Amino acid sequence: MNDKYARITRDGLWDNNVVFAQMLALCPTLAVTSSATNGLGMGLATTAVLVVSNMVISSVRELVSPEVRIPVYIVLIATLVTLLDMALNAWVHELYKVLGLFIALIVVNCAILGRAESFASKNGMADSALDGLMMGLGFTASLVVIGGVREIFGSGTLFANAHLLLGPAFAFLETTVVPEYKGFLLMILPPGGFMVVGLLLAAKRVLDQRRAARTALVAQEA
Amino acid sequence: MRLEELRTKLGYQGLLLGGAALLTSAALAFASRATEADIKAAEAADLKQSLSQVLPGEYENDLLKDTVTLPGKEGNVLVYRGRRAGRVEAVVYRVTGHGYAGKILCVMGVSREGKILGVRVVSHKETPGLGDKIEPAKADWIHAFEGKYLGNPPLEKWAVKKDGGIFDQFAGATITPRGVVNAVKGGLEFFDGNKAKLLDEAGEVK
Repeated sequence: MNDKYARITRDGLWDNNVVFAQMLALCPTLAVTSSATNGLGMGLATTAVLVVSNMVISSVRELVSPEVRIPVYIVLIATLVTLLDMALNAWVHELYKVLGLFIALIVVNCAILGRAESFASKNGMADSALDGLMMGLGFTASLVVIGGVREIFGSGTLFANAHLLLGPAFAFLETTVVPEYKGFLLMILPPGGFMVVGLLLAAKRVLDQRRAARTALVAQEA
Repeated sequence: MRLEELRTKLGYQGLLLGGAALLTSAALAFASRATEADIKAAEAADLKQSLSQVLPGEYENDLLKDTVTLPGKEGNVLVYRGRRAGRVEAVVYRVTGHGYAGKILCVMGVSREGKILGVRVVSHKETPGLGDKIEPAKADWIHAFEGKYLGNPPLEKWAVKKDGGIFDQFAGATITPRGVVNAVKGGLEFFDGNKAKLLDEAGEVK
């Protein structure tokens, strides 16, 4: 039982990471990761939707017939995102002003439909919730790393304006990595996003291959 | 097992889709009614706050209620007016600049004498990290307009430094500040052209 949860967690965070393994959701990824703070905001909003949508879809999975599942899932996800958008706008307006830009983008995030299709429609509610949470956190971590790299090279800062997203208590996150930096426009613009995603993807592959080689070696010796 | 059988029927698909659409629409309609008032209140509070940023000081009236609409260069302009002792002391209105990535919406406050009290960018889509230095949260640039009027600097100096003006551009982004400077200049010209109506003095004999 514990093995299963460990598997779901590992899948979400690393082995089957939304960006670096499934290669999904690249459109919002490239669009918002011009800074680490933006990546964090988009990641957290997506995580919230992912958890709820996985739970809802898992709970209706017996009712939905395979023939019409895609339109039903899309309607459910779009509704959830719209509800989140309205709720944030009405009751947490300060946060909405920062996240507002990202929320509409979540509807077109194919990772959410992907998880509905490949996990929530086949598993129970608790498992699906955990899967949503872990996939979401893996997505958030990827966005923060991509955003961080682009921000450091592009504008010489890290987590700039984090207090606008997380509140003044998190102002300590804001660091200037390279003082008096002139900026490297390419990294901020979309081509920089492609380059960083590509390089990080290659780095993850190398790490995975080394690990696989090491386990193979251990297995051989044993 | 009954459900399994039912799920393959054609009618079930239609009912399922219809049911899903009905349920989600009902949820949205309900949420929309539940949040409408709060969203309106939050937006009004937002507007008030951005108005008070470009109109420092106290005014005796509710700015949101004392408005006048005048034709401007890009469609009608809604002007909010602040009064003291019944006299219009300052006006606030929106101006639109054309940036690197679309429109830049600004509000500007102008005093009775035609001096700029403040300018704020309300919304823009400029490049994060470069063009977004027009936001006061990220740089002090936007405060450079305060106290300026047509004549200080002279008309031809209302431009970014690259174009021979007095306003800074940003490293790597010239189009964005140029758009804002032009918008503010256009806003002052709008004030000049409509002074009597803006200050509510059309009927007074001078």
